[in-house]
Amino acid sequence: MRTCLESLQGYGLRALGRQYGENLLPRGLDITLCDQIFLIGSGLMWNIYFAAIAIVIGFFLATGVALAKFSQNRWVNRPASAFVFIFRGSPLFIQFFFFYAVFILLPRSGVDIPLGFTTLTLDTSALTTAQVGGLVVLVLNTTAYSAELFYGALRSIPKGDLEAADAYGLHGFTKFRRIVFPSMLRLAWPSYTNEAIFLTHSTTLVFLSAFPARQQSGEAFYYARYFVDQTFNPFVAYPIVAAYFVALTLAIIGIFALANLRLNRHLPRERRQRLWFRPQYIR
Amino acid sequence: MFSFCTDPSSLPDWQWFACYLTSATHLNFYRAFGVVLLLLAITAPAALAMGMLGALALRSRVPPLNWLGKGYVNIVRGVPDIVFFLFVPIALGQGIEWVMHHINCPDWDQPIRQGNDFIVCRDAKVPPVNSPRWVYDIYAFFMAVVAFALVFGAFVANTLYGAMRAVPQAQIETAEAYGMTRRQAFRRIILPQMWVYALPGLSNIWQILTKATPLLFLLGIQDIVYWARELGGQKTSLFTYPHPDWRVWYFLVLLCFYLTLTWASERAFGRLNDRLSRGQATAAGERQRKAAP
Repeated sequence: MRTCLESLQGYGLRALGRQYGENLLPRGLDITLCDQIFLIGSGLMWNIYFAAIAIVIGFFLATGVALAKFSQNRWVNRPASAFVFIFRGSPLFIQFFFFYAVFILLPRSGVDIPLGFTTLTLDTSALTTAQVGGLVVLVLNTTAYSAELFYGALRSIPKGDLEAADAYGLHGFTKFRRIVFPSMLRLAWPSYTNEAIFLTHSTTLVFLSAFPARQQSGEAFYYARYFVDQTFNPFVAYPIVAAYFVALTLAIIGIFALANLRLNRHLPRERRQRLWFRPQYIR
Repeated sequence: MFSFCTDPSSLPDWQWFACYLTSATHLNFYRAFGVVLLLLAITAPAALAMGMLGALALRSRVPPLNWLGKGYVNIVRGVPDIVFFLFVPIALGQGIEWVMHHINCPDWDQPIRQGNDFIVCRDAKVPPVNSPRWVYDIYAFFMAVVAFALVFGAFVANTLYGAMRAVPQAQIETAEAYGMTRRQAFRRIILPQMWVYALPGLSNIWQILTKATPLLFLLGIQDIVYWARELGGQKTSLFTYPHPDWRVWYFLVLLCFYLTLTWASERAFGRLNDRLSRGQATAAGERQRKAAP
């Protein structure tokens, strides 16, 4: 039997790969409670990796897509609406399978894009790994969901704000940066917080679907499932992973509440939007 | 399926596809779509019933019942749902066998959990040992329905509870003025009127439920995801219908299936909303009243 310290050394960073801890995962009767806590905890770093990067990239893309969907030009708003519909109307689980099937069909040597003066070679083999390919799917998915939220917020920006901007002679990008963008964010922030939480929860699907966990390095839920398969006891590993996720959820709410405070700093206290946690959807 | 399907290797393209798409495994694939729709058809009313019980518990003035409702709703909503989908079937299965074990084999002296094994006596196995395969399939499906109903029941409970409180207070006061009891007012005033307030939330939950159905695959049920993977994978010439890796096309079909489903239900809920708004003291109801000749 390992002591707790030994399992921390062996499995605390195991999710990064074989060279960062024990070669093999604990098996059968050899599994201790500490093993479960540390190995599942080490998997959590991948959940944070997927969620953090997808949210940051998705945020900027979603702003673009929301503006495109709000645009009055058909050739701009139709494709944006279609993109949002496709990614919001189908299950994320199926999207993972579909994109994995697409990614493995891409040539392994990379795709050449001729740019006239030079040729750009895109490395496509990385797309078949969860760390890149899964991330791409998550980015596309969160872009669609956030874009819909931002689009709703754009539609409900008070008319008076926009007229005031015009009266001050603001237009074009200055108007967007000073008036439209901050108002949009302020209106969308409570629901965007929920979106961030749900994206984090849905990172558990990455390794459950098509993407392989190379060297058995996976995210928290992958390890929880591994332990349940090994011990046939769902009453230990699943509560552990649930507790980790509750903690992660609280951390996200904390971070987003700080941003919310900044977005609302010009408003009197009673008119500030409050954050609330409304778990409403799975993808 | 067709008479010309005896030797597929020598067929022209369209006949080859006609045979390929009607092979026995493909018929299983098509049946799996039916399983998804069946799951939706069973789970939706079950979740609605669960949610109604949950909402009544939340409304209850009896403290233990009220705590039970609050605990149920908050615990299920705070944890990633996928954890529940995988936890409930195993935990429930072991729970049922544990109870059966204590009923059927009272003089069993060994512990049930020995190391990593969960051992109950032969009579306590559910479904019974030596059952045909379809019994196991139905049992697994039933477990999935329970898991879905539990998770979505919590969502529905919250929505219905909100809807009950959204019915205008004046209506309830009027009912009380007419001498109705709390229970009568609930049945005659709140229950018929709450649906229009609940509908946006319920339609949202329905969409989520639809999109959660592929998770059946994780419960070991041979659903559409399972068959898409099986059929789409590369087939060598050992098979009757050899083909390269076609998983992209199979998953594209699934993607389109779900897009159609969500699109159609969005429209259906739009219509239902119109119907329920008729005669209601809401903006939509008022608009309908003015538009009527």
